[in-house]
Amino acid sequence: MIDIKDLQKRFGKLKALDSINVSIQNDGIFAVLGPNGSGKTTLIKCILGMVIPDAGSIRINDQEILGQWAYREKISYMPQIANFPPNLKVFELIRMIKSFRTGITNVDELIALFQLEASLEKKISHLSGGTKQKVNILLTFMIDAPLIILDEPTTGLDPVALMKLKQLILDEKKRGKIILITSHSMAFVNAISDDIVFLLEGKIYFRGSITELKEKTKQPDLEQAIVKLLTSPHA
Amino acid sequence: MLKILKYSFIDLIRSHWSYVYFLFYLILGFVLLFINNDLSKAIITLMNIIIVLTPLIGTLLGVMYYYHSREFTELLLAQPLKRSTIFFGQYLGLSISLTFSLVVGLGIPFLAYGLIQSTVIFNFISLLLIGSLLSFIFTALALNIAIANDDRIKGFGYSILLWLFMAVIYDGLFLVSLVSFSDYPLEKFALGVTVFNPIDLSRIYIVLKLDIAALLGYTGAVFNSFFGTSYGKILSFLLLVLWVIIPSIRIITSSNKKDF
Repeated sequence: MIDIKDLQKRFGKLKALDSINVSIQNDGIFAVLGPNGSGKTTLIKCILGMVIPDAGSIRINDQEILGQWAYREKISYMPQIANFPPNLKVFELIRMIKSFRTGITNVDELIALFQLEASLEKKISHLSGGTKQKVNILLTFMIDAPLIILDEPTTGLDPVALMKLKQLILDEKKRGKIILITSHSMAFVNAISDDIVFLLEGKIYFRGSITELKEKTKQPDLEQAIVKLLTSPHA
Repeated sequence: MLKILKYSFIDLIRSHWSYVYFLFYLILGFVLLFINNDLSKAIITLMNIIIVLTPLIGTLLGVMYYYHSREFTELLLAQPLKRSTIFFGQYLGLSISLTFSLVVGLGIPFLAYGLIQSTVIFNFISLLLIGSLLSFIFTALALNIAIANDDRIKGFGYSILLWLFMAVIYDGLFLVSLVSFSDYPLEKFALGVTVFNPIDLSRIYIVLKLDIAALLGYTGAVFNSFFGTSYGKILSFLLLVLWVIIPSIRIITSSNKKDF
């Protein structure tokens, strides 16, 4: 369903993506991991059309997406920083995003789930960081799209909200969706992801399941396996 | 595009900046009318303020809004929308909210003072029109600068420089060149140079409109003698419109190539 071939991007001297080839055919939860500056964000932004690659192709459902915009109907994206227009009220923000999309579902359930009823009439500038992040989650999961991209979704969430987020992600997976996640929280990745795409210096360094990674590095848990990957001589 | 326009307008019109800007014009209008006690004199004073202030506020608010809403712009970029829709919508939201503060802020005191019955109503409308055009022009220029510079400090620096250059330095350079080359015929040079400064063009348009020869200045006088009053007015106005169109098109072309 997502097919990336020979994707390249440079920022000045820095090679952010160096011939990336990935193909994701089945549904499931995929964690895009890597140290800072490894190209995770650039890869995701290429899929979203925010960064224009120098070479290569990205196909979603067998359609080339470079230079296109309508394909984003199939993607729901949750940005890392929930910085919305400060003077809009929460319900206005929801209404705005709704107006751009088709396939909006269960807004009311999500509002109830994260107890946002009292915040709907508030200006975004009056919300706390955690509440903003809950609004961010709401805006992402109210859209019924086959591909969901979450950029550091766990930032600023309390344990209760984190648990609800996990459940939401797992529910979406059951509906046969592809979910791409970047996260620094290994516990979170370990708990939910099926497959890992590990990037290092703009290249794909490992692709496979968590079990495969543990076997390859001969480490008992994910965190140590990642450290091993980073410190092993070929890295 | 109208949706983006609508929501960025709502966001901006509720911001402190808009209130302060609106109140400034409201108070300025009342104070000027109180001091001058005469509509047409107040309009002349206003001209000198508007010509310098609307470009400054347009420039500052343009870069500030762009840098401030970066993350939100990224969220919009992830929606099924064209880039041109997003940036043009934001641009219009910004310029229209500035124009709104200007027109309503000055409109209230002048209407209260009996503008409708007065003969200078068209002069006043021209003044607001020019102020609005300048807001559109400098917001577009500011967005161009902000899109080209990811570094905020640079973006702010360049846009302040742009304003300073157009509002202050340009005239100085122009004067110096006129004095140094006073032995040569400079009419065509003067005309050519004026076209490249929207603030000069606005001043010429209003002065021609108000028909105050004493305020024409050298460029205005050349403009007047070259084109005549009515043709000069039309031409300067069209040039100002061109100053809106070209930078706004550039917002779209440069945002299409940019990485976010």
